[in-house]
Amino acid sequence: MLEIRNLSVTFAGRGGALPVEAVKGLSLSLDRGETLALVGESGSGKSVTALSILQLLPYPLAAHGAGSSIRFAGEQLVGAAPEQLRRVRGNRIAMVFQEPMISLNPLHTLERQIGETLLVHEHMAPRAARERTLELLRLVDLPDAEGRLGAYPHQLSGGQRQRVMIAMAIANEPDILIADEPTTALDVTIQAHILQLLRDLRERLGMALLLITHDLTIVRKMADEICIMTGGEIVETGPPAAIFTDPRHPYTRRLLAAEPKGRPPRAHPATPELMSAEDVKVWFPIRSGLLRRVRGHIKAVDGVSLAVRTGTTLGIVGESGSGKTTLGLALLRLIAAEGHIRFAEQDIVALGQRQLRPLRREMQVVFQDPFSSLSPRLSVAQIVEEGLNVHRLAASAAERRRLIETALAEVGLDPQAAERYPHEFSGGQRQRIAIARALVLKPRFVVLDEPTSALDMSVQAQIVELLRELQSRHGLAYLFISHDLRVVRALAHEILVMKDGRIVEAGPTERVMTAPEHPYTRALMAAAFDLAAAPAWHLGDEAGSRNLDRGDDLHLCARERPL
Amino acid sequence: MTASSEPARYAVPTADRFLGRKITPLTRRRLDSFRRNRRGFWSLWIFLAVFLVTLFAEFIANDRPNLVRFNGAWYFPVFTDYPETTFGGEFPTAADYRDPAVKKLITAQGWMLWPVIPFSYGTINYDLPSPAPSPPSRVNWLGTDDQGRDVLARLIYGFRISVLFGLVLTALSSVIGVAAGAVQGYFGGLIDLGFQRFIEIWSGLPMLYLLIIMASFIEPSFWWLLGLMLLFSWMSLVDVVRAEFLRARNFDYVRAARALGVSNRLIILRHVLPNATVATITFLPFILNSSITMLTSLDFLGFGLPPGSPSLGELLAQGKANLQAPWLGLTAFFVLASMLSLLIFVGEAVRDAFDPRKVVL
Repeated sequence: MLEIRNLSVTFAGRGGALPVEAVKGLSLSLDRGETLALVGESGSGKSVTALSILQLLPYPLAAHGAGSSIRFAGEQLVGAAPEQLRRVRGNRIAMVFQEPMISLNPLHTLERQIGETLLVHEHMAPRAARERTLELLRLVDLPDAEGRLGAYPHQLSGGQRQRVMIAMAIANEPDILIADEPTTALDVTIQAHILQLLRDLRERLGMALLLITHDLTIVRKMADEICIMTGGEIVETGPPAAIFTDPRHPYTRRLLAAEPKGRPPRAHPATPELMSAEDVKVWFPIRSGLLRRVRGHIKAVDGVSLAVRTGTTLGIVGESGSGKTTLGLALLRLIAAEGHIRFAEQDIVALGQRQLRPLRREMQVVFQDPFSSLSPRLSVAQIVEEGLNVHRLAASAAERRRLIETALAEVGLDPQAAERYPHEFSGGQRQRIAIARALVLKPRFVVLDEPTSALDMSVQAQIVELLRELQSRHGLAYLFISHDLRVVRALAHEILVMKDGRIVEAGPTERVMTAPEHPYTRALMAAAFDLAAAPAWHLGDEAGSRNLDRGDDLHLCARERPL
Repeated sequence: MTASSEPARYAVPTADRFLGRKITPLTRRRLDSFRRNRRGFWSLWIFLAVFLVTLFAEFIANDRPNLVRFNGAWYFPVFTDYPETTFGGEFPTAADYRDPAVKKLITAQGWMLWPVIPFSYGTINYDLPSPAPSPPSRVNWLGTDDQGRDVLARLIYGFRISVLFGLVLTALSSVIGVAAGAVQGYFGGLIDLGFQRFIEIWSGLPMLYLLIIMASFIEPSFWWLLGLMLLFSWMSLVDVVRAEFLRARNFDYVRAARALGVSNRLIILRHVLPNATVATITFLPFILNSSITMLTSLDFLGFGLPPGSPSLGELLAQGKANLQAPWLGLTAFFVLASMLSLLIFVGEAVRDAFDPRKVVL
């Protein structure tokens, strides 16, 4: 039905830069009712391929090479007239984007968003369109569809928004649905639900599904046919069984091997407790009314106790909004908290910022997004040396230079990188810089806040490897915050499972992973490892929505209170 | 493909320099983008050239010679007052070089080098062919005003004082505005709340009335006017800077700096302020423009600089009072219009150069 032959896409270089060839001579075909997965890491050209099918690239900045051909039901789409494209777009080929948060117009109600495609393509009467909208929302299992017709996107959780996006996409019963990383921005349990929905809809409506993703677990479950992409080319094609058991291309093999593997280094059982917390609470007041009286609290972290021993890793898992990050910041006294936090035999809750300063050298943090955690205007050397200057750790410029270079070498970067600026580095390299900034102080305790989740799969594995190596070399204690259970399994000695600010389960990693006791933990494991959708009564989108709303609120509150 | 190249090899970085200072590639991109905007680029050069010329107004339009050679010795009347007796005159008062008697004394034993325009802003030309205001002639290129003073000379001095006033006011109000915005945005909470309410009340004060009232019991001078206007003009940048700080203080790299134990002052200066400078620099040409306009309008109303000072506003007022002498109004209008336009063009170019979304092909 869809036949792509020899597709190439070139982007003109900005301001004298060389043109970039994003897709080089790609060919693939998609039949009715089939699911084809396009797998690759960021920058491999998979999204560009999807966008060129609908001719949505920023022409004339982008251009197709000679001989590029995209045939849909016999019609040539490359260079087609706008009229012809409009007939196809959203009608016969529909698309679902990665970010449900920004793909919906925040000013329109659901009825209007979905109704629009019906009015444009099907020329339906408003009343019929309303009927059809309702039908679609039921089809995508949006709870309380009738009541939500007048809802605005911000009133929905991420998972619900993605359902609405899908409803919009299938409104005109397209022949092909292109899903560009449809679940990447969602929590694992919600991800499982959305994938289940896509599978059901494909069967019910007989669509072909073009699934674009970097996640091999999803592909294994969903796809009939897999195309592995790298550097703008398809390097291997085949059914999942063949690809996963007998990968032929070296890149495919590397991709399959990239899943974080291994176990944390064995720790000495009797190492002392370095950081411990008892009954830590971070409550954000909800104020309302004229006098801003406190009406209640958002309990971001509610009575959490934990202990991290020298040389070991404590993993904290949970979905977005469960309070993981807040807990990490509270332990470092970067947000105000109640309870007892002991670091190196000292209760640090009562200390002022000035008294904390000497301790800051010993406890460090690495953030999730290496693109926002490095100041874009400072060179790598300036970023790394900042801590040295604050704590006066270098007696001379030469010694400072030596310390910076040692730290960079230790995280696997060329010391010459010191004179460069963060934007010249890839995500993985930037995360290494962030780790170097923490390590140059020789800390004993490091909070790792999702340090791998913004990175490509193969880079994740390298960072995990690096963290393990640094731990065994320096006897570091980690607090590892993540929603990715695979990475946690590869790093953590012990695990805490958090939900709504509380700990629901704690224990050694092996025990929690193999024999989870709490139903929430069980559901989390099933969703993460088998993509099994949990029963709706305890995890569905309703819970997701509450979590997410809470998450947004937390974000706001944290913004209001800096110190 | 980001993954396979780690750890990558790097070429030895070459330092990019602008005016002798090391600059980041980002700054280089902005400079290039600014240069590519031909209109803004040329406007900047024209404005700078005119401003540079007027900075040396005393050498271009003056009622005393730049250089005198008398009796084998050199004299510099631009810098020093010489009594008439120096040149063999009768009075021990400062020499009036326009006086035919003094001229004769000097040329008898040496020579004088006059500026291009032999009038200062206050020099009254008593030797007019028609009653003042007199039309443009070979002596007074743009005519004279209603007190017989040379319009071109007053224009040159007036331009200089307007631009200097604008620049000083802009610089001072940016410093205060950025500092106030930074404190509010970074610390937030009660400080922010209190300060914002104060600004709301303060900006409600009628500045023009205040100036008029003040003008009735003090003699307004350059610095008085500057201080009074500064009381109100600093607020224009506060909101922009505050918004940038509110945004930036939650950036991960600010958090990371706090986790490193960096002091608040250093975080503000090193990590947050650079974010706010983009917004500030974008606003500067426009603030400069409004400062100049403000001074001109006060002068026009007669509440500005002390009587007798050269100013564009005063020239405009004269043009209004003497419609029979169109060279007054037209001159003031064209000079003001082209100066403000040049500054706006520069401002647009700066704004575009700092706009990251602007794609230059």
